[in-house]
Amino acid sequence: MEAFTTHTGRAVPLRRSNVDTDQIIPAHWLKKVTRDGFEDGLFEAWRKDPEFVLNRPEREGATVLVAGPDFGTGSSREHAVWALQNYGFKAVISSRFADIFRGNSLKNGLLTVVLDQKIVDALWELTEADPTAEITVDLEAREVRAEGVNAPFELDENSRWRLLNGLDDISITLQNEADIATYEAKRPSFKPRTLTA
Amino acid sequence: MGRTLAEKVWDDHVVRRAEGEPDLLFIDLHLLHEVTSPQAFDGLRKNGRQVRRLDLTIATEDHNTPTLDIDKPIADPVSRVQLETLRKNCADFGVRLHPLGDVEQGVVHVVGPQLGLTQPGMTVVCGDSHTSTHGAFGGLAFGIGTSQVEHVLATQTLPMARPKTMAITVNGELPEGVTAKDLILAIIARIGTGGGQGYVLEYRGEAVEKLSMEARMTICNMSIEAGARAGMIAPDETTFAYLEGRPHAPKGEDWDAAVAYWKTLKSDDDAEFDAEVVIEASELSPFVTWGTNPGQGAPLSASVPDPASYEDASERLAAEKALEYMGLEAGQPLRSIKVDTVFVGSCTNGRIEDLRAAADIVKGRKVADGVRMLVVPGSARVGLQAVSEGLDVVFKEAGAEWRHAGCSMCLGMNPDQLAPGERSASTSNRNFEGRQGKGGRTHLVSPQVAAATAVLGHLASPADLAAADDRTPAGV
Repeated sequence: MEAFTTHTGRAVPLRRSNVDTDQIIPAHWLKKVTRDGFEDGLFEAWRKDPEFVLNRPEREGATVLVAGPDFGTGSSREHAVWALQNYGFKAVISSRFADIFRGNSLKNGLLTVVLDQKIVDALWELTEADPTAEITVDLEAREVRAEGVNAPFELDENSRWRLLNGLDDISITLQNEADIATYEAKRPSFKPRTLTA
Repeated sequence: MGRTLAEKVWDDHVVRRAEGEPDLLFIDLHLLHEVTSPQAFDGLRKNGRQVRRLDLTIATEDHNTPTLDIDKPIADPVSRVQLETLRKNCADFGVRLHPLGDVEQGVVHVVGPQLGLTQPGMTVVCGDSHTSTHGAFGGLAFGIGTSQVEHVLATQTLPMARPKTMAITVNGELPEGVTAKDLILAIIARIGTGGGQGYVLEYRGEAVEKLSMEARMTICNMSIEAGARAGMIAPDETTFAYLEGRPHAPKGEDWDAAVAYWKTLKSDDDAEFDAEVVIEASELSPFVTWGTNPGQGAPLSASVPDPASYEDASERLAAEKALEYMGLEAGQPLRSIKVDTVFVGSCTNGRIEDLRAAADIVKGRKVADGVRMLVVPGSARVGLQAVSEGLDVVFKEAGAEWRHAGCSMCLGMNPDQLAPGERSASTSNRNFEGRQGKGGRTHLVSPQVAAATAVLGHLASPADLAAADDRTPAGV
């Protein structure tokens, strides 16, 4: 995973609530067997509208998505995170994320930042009025900065440490392989097995 | 202090607990399908890793599989590659696979329970958000992303932050004609699509205790639509009776030991939940969605709401966008909404009890002109069972299409899709924009409402059929 320390970029204000992962990346894109090449599928249905915010020329190259509440609901597809990253997003800001999407994002180095809706509103107003306005997402200082905005955010220390260092979960877990083996040895015999010995 | 059911199952699976770290949980069962696993197997290969516990892993094909001509090569080359990739990955790593055409193939969340692999007190994961289904047996079951699929393949564990717990108590009895689907749609409308976020939901109370396992699975299945990764129901005699004799259920002494353990799996009387919701079952009636998220629902007897009636600005905007997408007018009675398609199936309502309920309603009746009704069993086994009961004939005589098992029109990854502008009454779980096909419009309903809607051509309950009924009496 790519490490995340701090990022500054222009924003895409997405004034919609309940953006589900079917909207982020429709199911027919899920037939791909790679982690890349999903950028053209990002918000595919909405991008058919030339007025959709992502299609506006002034948003080209923006890297911070400022989304409405309950972003990433629905399907567990990690492809939603890959699509956002493939498109170029480094961070997503919302007042509330769906659990599975949030977990997937943090495992891929896409920083999802939870801020109070009032601050999200302020960021929307700022970046709608001035598309060149930049937002800084600083994971070291745990704060989001923009003109007129200086907002601390929370992220558990363990997730932050893994992101700052770009650490791979599996390697960390395998350092505790002995604990897994100990647990396995005491599992009850009535637990089902998919293979008969 | 006592513990909740969720806390008991959680505690029993902690491999490692350390200050400042998420708990490392052991996973008892890992279910795989073709869509969310290829990149995980690639990751294993790249790092020279193996599947740690092949005996706790099982795969099937469901999302992409066609429901017609399953003996022919899959027409869509991209779908074919994805299925072939799963077959190669399972062969390379030694994972048990039930491919298309196999008698145990089907929607992954139907297959696990029917094999008896899903049992009380287990941790079950799958790269699919509807894994919450398996919580109906009193285990912790949740959907995971592909990175986590790889993690479980490699380590049989997952680092997880301990969730909060929410009790959803349903008092009293469900009225005649009101189903588990109506109940869960009403719960989601009440707590919202984000209401369960961060929680494990425990459904309890008299109305829940009286439900069959199939109905309990319908409820737990849609926990994710309320934002909760997992939903669960304490195991009881109904659970044990469902499991006994299934291929992977414990036998002999193991059965006795298992049941003794399973009986401890309930929230203690003095357990404290982080949140509680109480629902009166007697106040419920058939429930349908009108919008583009599962929380935008109302009783069938109601009308399409006026977005102006929402105080919250973002809800108002969401309702406006939903009505525009759905092509509906505020104030229009829900019963007046005409459909083109009726879909009966999915991990929500594709089990035998669901097919029986729908068949019972269409029996001796005809699907309305201009409506196509698709009946897709949740698994090949469910299909066989239905055929042995003659349900396929009932559906076909009514003018419905009887198909092979798979996810099908729930998400339209295979050829079963809505055309732009088409409207469905669907027993599935998501009414998102374009979910069932680009531009398609979805109303989530129970199998009973789906069947009545197919006959009348507009959203309807079985009770509506009685009025203007032309059913041929049985035996004539």
